Order: sequence, then structure tokens, then C-alpha cells
Amino acid sequence: MKLSLLPVATLLAAALAAPSALAQKKYDPGASDKEIKIGNINPYSGPASAYGTIGKVIGAYFKKINDEGGINGRKINFISVDDGYSPPKTVEMARKLVEQDEVLVLFQPLGTPPNSAIHKYMNAKKVPQLFVATGATKWNDPMNFPWTMGWQPNYQTEGMIYAQHILKTRPNAKIGILYQNDDYGKDYVKGFKDGLGAKASMIVKEVSYEVADPTVDSQIVQLQSAGADTLFNVTTPKFAAQAIRKAYDIGWNPLHYLNQVSASVGSVLTPAGLDKSVGLISTQYFKDPTDKAWANDAAMKEWTAFMKKYYPEGNLTDAFNVYGYMVSQTLVQVLKQAGDNLTRENVMKQAASLKNFELPMFLPGIRINTSATDFAPIEQEQLIRFDGKEWVRFGEILGK
Amino acid sequence: MNQRTLTVVAVLLLLACALPFLVSNYRTFQFTLVLVYAIALLGLNILTGYNGQISLGHGAFYAIGAYTAAILMDRFGVPYWATLPVAGAVCLAVGFLFGLPALRLEGLYLALATFALGVSMPQLLKYHHFEKWTGGVQGIVITKPDPPFGLPLNPDQWLYYFTLAVMVLMFVLAWNLLRGRVGRAMVAIRDHHIAAEAMGINTAMVKSLTFGVSAFYTGVAGALGAIAIQFVAPDSFNIFLSIVFLVGIAIGGLASIPGAIYGALFIQFVPNIADEISKAAPWAVFGIFMIGFVYVMPLGVNGAIRMLLARLGRKAQNNRSTAGVTRPTINSPEEV
Repeated sequence: MKLSLLPVATLLAAALAAPSALAQKKYDPGASDKEIKIGNINPYSGPASAYGTIGKVIGAYFKKINDEGGINGRKINFISVDDGYSPPKTVEMARKLVEQDEVLVLFQPLGTPPNSAIHKYMNAKKVPQLFVATGATKWNDPMNFPWTMGWQPNYQTEGMIYAQHILKTRPNAKIGILYQNDDYGKDYVKGFKDGLGAKASMIVKEVSYEVADPTVDSQIVQLQSAGADTLFNVTTPKFAAQAIRKAYDIGWNPLHYLNQVSASVGSVLTPAGLDKSVGLISTQYFKDPTDKAWANDAAMKEWTAFMKKYYPEGNLTDAFNVYGYMVSQTLVQVLKQAGDNLTRENVMKQAASLKNFELPMFLPGIRINTSATDFAPIEQEQLIRFDGKEWVRFGEILGK
Repeated sequence: MNQRTLTVVAVLLLLACALPFLVSNYRTFQFTLVLVYAIALLGLNILTGYNGQISLGHGAFYAIGAYTAAILMDRFGVPYWATLPVAGAVCLAVGFLFGLPALRLEGLYLALATFALGVSMPQLLKYHHFEKWTGGVQGIVITKPDPPFGLPLNPDQWLYYFTLAVMVLMFVLAWNLLRGRVGRAMVAIRDHHIAAEAMGINTAMVKSLTFGVSAFYTGVAGALGAIAIQFVAPDSFNIFLSIVFLVGIAIGGLASIPGAIYGALFIQFVPNIADEISKAAPWAVFGIFMIGFVYVMPLGVNGAIRMLLARLGRKAQNNRSTAGVTRPTINSPEEV
């Protein structure tokens, strides 16, 4: 009898001792001593399925973290679902993750329309909509939407960086702007004008085009005849290629700033003509896996090793796979900082207190900074210039 | 409708009413979408199942209904319930007008014309001259309605009951329409339009009107869908939606009213099941489900259920006749 009572007594003692230990731990739905549930929505099917690889690489990275013992001893339970880039499906999936799976945070939902569809819902439910995968500026609005945060440099930030460079290097420039007439294009132009500030009069002409337009040829001619010697080109890939080619063909040779959306060598510069693209300026913020300059870089080697072990079917030249890797590392940092206080409120608080946080795959000098009033994590980029073969980085890190 | 059918409908309706108290809010929301899709599918079924006109563009009418509701609520502060008749009326007019020229097109050619409508709709919605109202690519966010009169329901439950009530009304209207003169005229045109014309049916008028009524149903469904989702954007209404509707009526059962509900259950839940089975190829799994359904139930779910009931009935009669009761047994499948 004595013997069998011993374990009971031990249990009792443990139970009595437990509250003091538990007192420091705070959990919201989705977090426990054993695991942290992270929800994710990605377009694995449908028109935007090229982005699907981001969800897969995030899953692979969390598997690596779990293999290494998890975060503060807790394993990540990553629940990723498909919305096919269709906003109604996004709403349904967000509700599934929040109400049925009860995730702690919704991490990296992708695309501006899908995120717009759940913006209000997530904030009403007070569940973090963390590090959304879109470049729109509206995710940086902590006053009205304290549960939503972006991650990548937003369009306004990038526009501002080009303006900074122009002010510094060509104070007498005559600027022409070509932009797509929608929220994306206007976002860029707003950042650019904010960057110029009082010197916005440097802009001699602004022309826009519609997505449905067949070409932007006439717009390029208009900008040339307005006497512009500097072109800020805010176009999506097809139109970017047309603009580069047309400017070259009519013998117009402005200093040409091309938004990062269309900075792909394969899908924009090659169709436009590599010889016609020499001298283009754009931006970058992380190490491009196709850039030979990084071949012997320690961070690049680590990423390649990770890819080979955890995501062997992934494409080693696809920048999205670097993107997913970096954004997962950011979340891991936030969760580490949150410690044993895994409430949704604390996760947002920690995400809003990243100070000079550097990722190995960032370009040297780029840092993440957030605060209670600044929900735009990456606000720095470096300029790159096309030399006829590849993009070459130059100058210092610009931005905030 | 005989006594037995009436009882079955009453029991099903009671079950539908009890549902929000048995499942979570998230499931209630999903079932609300099922009801919405059921209305849309009934609309398409009136056109395709009963009248024999194939439409690959009903997603466009769904979009028009959704945008009408969203714009009225967002820009003009119209209450949500009042947007439904307007959305329906707009779609009725658009559908009727589209039906007039489309009438000259038969079968595949009509399918192509409607396909063009479905494909172009997202682009039209992005058109910048409409941006003032449509919100362009950003779409429109709308607020979820609260239950009125202080009813002890949450917004999800209220919206479910509201949608259920609209659906029941729409189904009763369709049932009335289809079993009467107009319904018979529609079927006659489908089966043999020359004979129908010879019998004095104004085929052109009936076909255009059918198109209009069908669009009316789909438009009301679109408005309800927008209210449930609380968001409309051009990307919500791509051509895939139209094709999924067509899949829904084929799976549920062509030319059958309950078939719309089975089809709605299929298009709401099977993609989610497919996604859980395979992340790599969810639509391939969906395709396998679809082929499976069509193979096992060539007349749709509704047809399969009818056949099953008929077979059970026959068995029961056979049993009775072997027990000594003399009754004629039905053997020819045409009779069931």
C-alpha cells in the first residue's frame, strides 16, 4: 500500500508545484507547451500557382526547425491551404484556419486581392495576419489595422529610393513617368513624389496606360517629346519590355529606372533585347541565387544545403525559394522573442519590435526595423544596374 | 407534390433549420455558401437542364449580382436585403438582352458566346472608368449584417437563415414555373424546337425569357454570396466559376430541382477534400472525383437517388406479392 501511494504523492506534489511554473506561460489558441500552430494560405493551384513554391519552402524550413528541436522547445505545426488566388476561397480558408484549426497566427497569405478580402475579418477576430506576401503599402497601417503587417519593401518605399538617388546624382533632371493606371502604379508614383518632396517640379510629364492596352509605344513618344531625360518606368513585365524596346528604337536614351516588379532578365530584358537594356537601374534587397558573385558566400551555401536536404524538388534558381526562406526566418525570430508568452497580442508586439534584425540572405547592410507605428519591416534596398549580361549592384544602401 | 414528398421536404427543412445549432460557425458559413450555390445552380439548370441552352458564362451573372449588391451597400447605403431584388432585376435585364442575339446561336455556338462573356467579365470589372463604383482590382469590402429585432443569433447563423429563406422562396417559385405551361414550353423547345414551334410556342420569346430568368436566379445568388463573403473583387469571378457551375448541375442532375442542392454540396466540399488529399495536384483529385461521380451516377446524384428509391419500392412490392397480395409489378424502367 505504501509503495503504490508514492507515485500519487509525487503527482500531487508536482501538481501543487505546477501553478508557479505555469504562471509565466501564457497561451492563446494555437499555442501550448508542445506546439505552435501556424496557418498559411497559398495559391497552389490557379493563375498564380507559380507562387505556390513559397508555401512549400516555408513548410520545408519549419521542418528543419522542428528537426533541430523547435522554437523554445515547441514544435511548429504548419497548416498550409490552397485558395487558388480566389478571394472568396481565401475568406473560407482563413475562417477554417482561425475557427476550426485555431491557429495562433495566419502567416504569409499571398496576393493583394486575397489579403484585402480577409483584412477586416482578421482584425475583427484579433488574429495576426502576419508578414503578408504583397507589395501594397496599405498593410502598413497600425492605427486602423493593428493585426496586419507586411514584410517585403512596399511599392512606395521603392519609389522613394529612386527619388533619393535622382536627388543625389541628378538634381537638374527632367523626369518622365510611365505608370500602370491602377493601385499598384499609383502606389509607386506616390512614393516617388513623396521622395522628391519639394522638388516634385522636376517631373515634366506623367503618362499612364491600361492593362488592356496593346502597347505603350505612344506613351514613350509623348515622354520623349516632353523633353524628359530621366524615365521612371512603373510597368508590369510585358509593358516593361515594350517600353525598353521602343525607347531604344526611337533613339531616346534617358536614364531609365525600372521598377523591381519587372527586373527579371529572363522574362523582361531578354524579350526587350539585352543590348537595348544596358544601363537600366532597378533595386534588390536579397542575394540573387543566380548571381555568381555569391557563389562562395556562406549564407548562399547554407541556403543551397537547406534546399538540397529539405526541398530537393525546389528550383535552385527561383528567387521565390529565397524569399520563403527569409520570411520564415523572420517569423522564427519573432516567436523566439515571444518566449513563453505566446498570445496573439504578444506575437504582434514582438513583430513590431524587431530592431536592426539582419538575415544572412539579405544584401549586406539591409536590416529589418519595426515599431508600434511602423509596420513596414523592410524599407531598404540597394540599386542595381544592368551591364548587358546581368544586374550589378552599386552605391550604398538606400531607404529608411 | 404528393403526401410523401411533402413530408420528406418538411423533414429536410427542419434539419436545415437545426443545422446552425449543431455545427460550428465556420461550418455554418460553408453551408450558407452551399445554399447560395444551390440558387445559382438552379438558375443554370433552368437554362441548361430544362431549356437545353448551354451557358459557359453564368459566372458573369453571378458577378453582376455580387457587384450590384456590393455597390448599392457600399456607395448608396442600401440595406443588404433590399439589394437582392435589384441584383436580380439587373441580371434579368442583362440576361434577357444577352439572350436576344444569342438566340440565333445554337448549342456549341451559344456556349462559345457565353464563354466570351465569362472570360471578359473580370477585365470589365477592372475597367478604370467603372473604378469609381467597382473599386478596380482592390474590389469592395462590405460589412456583415447583424441579426435584426435582437434575435439571439450570431451574424453567421442569421445570414444562414436569411439565405435559407431566400433559397426556399426561389425554389418554390422555380417549382411553380417549371411544372406549369411555361415549364412545359421550355422542355418542349429543348426536346424538339420545330415541333414546339409548330404547336404555337413562341420559341424566340421563351428562350430569351428563360435566359433572363436563369440570370435572375444566378444574380440573386451572387448578391447573397457577396454578403456572405463580405468582399467582391474581379479575381473572385474568373471563368473557372462558370465552369464549376456547369459541373455542379451535371453532377447534381440535369433538369431536376433537388439536383441543384446536391450539385452545390459537391462544388463546395469536394475541392476542399481534394486539397486535403493532395497539395500538389488538387484539381487532378477533383477530376477523379468528378469522373467517378459521372461514371457511377450517369443521371446525376438526383437521378441515382430516384433510381435507388424506385428499386427499393419495387423490392418491397415484390416481397408483398410473394406474400400472397396480388399486385401488378412494375418492371419497365420507363415507368419509374
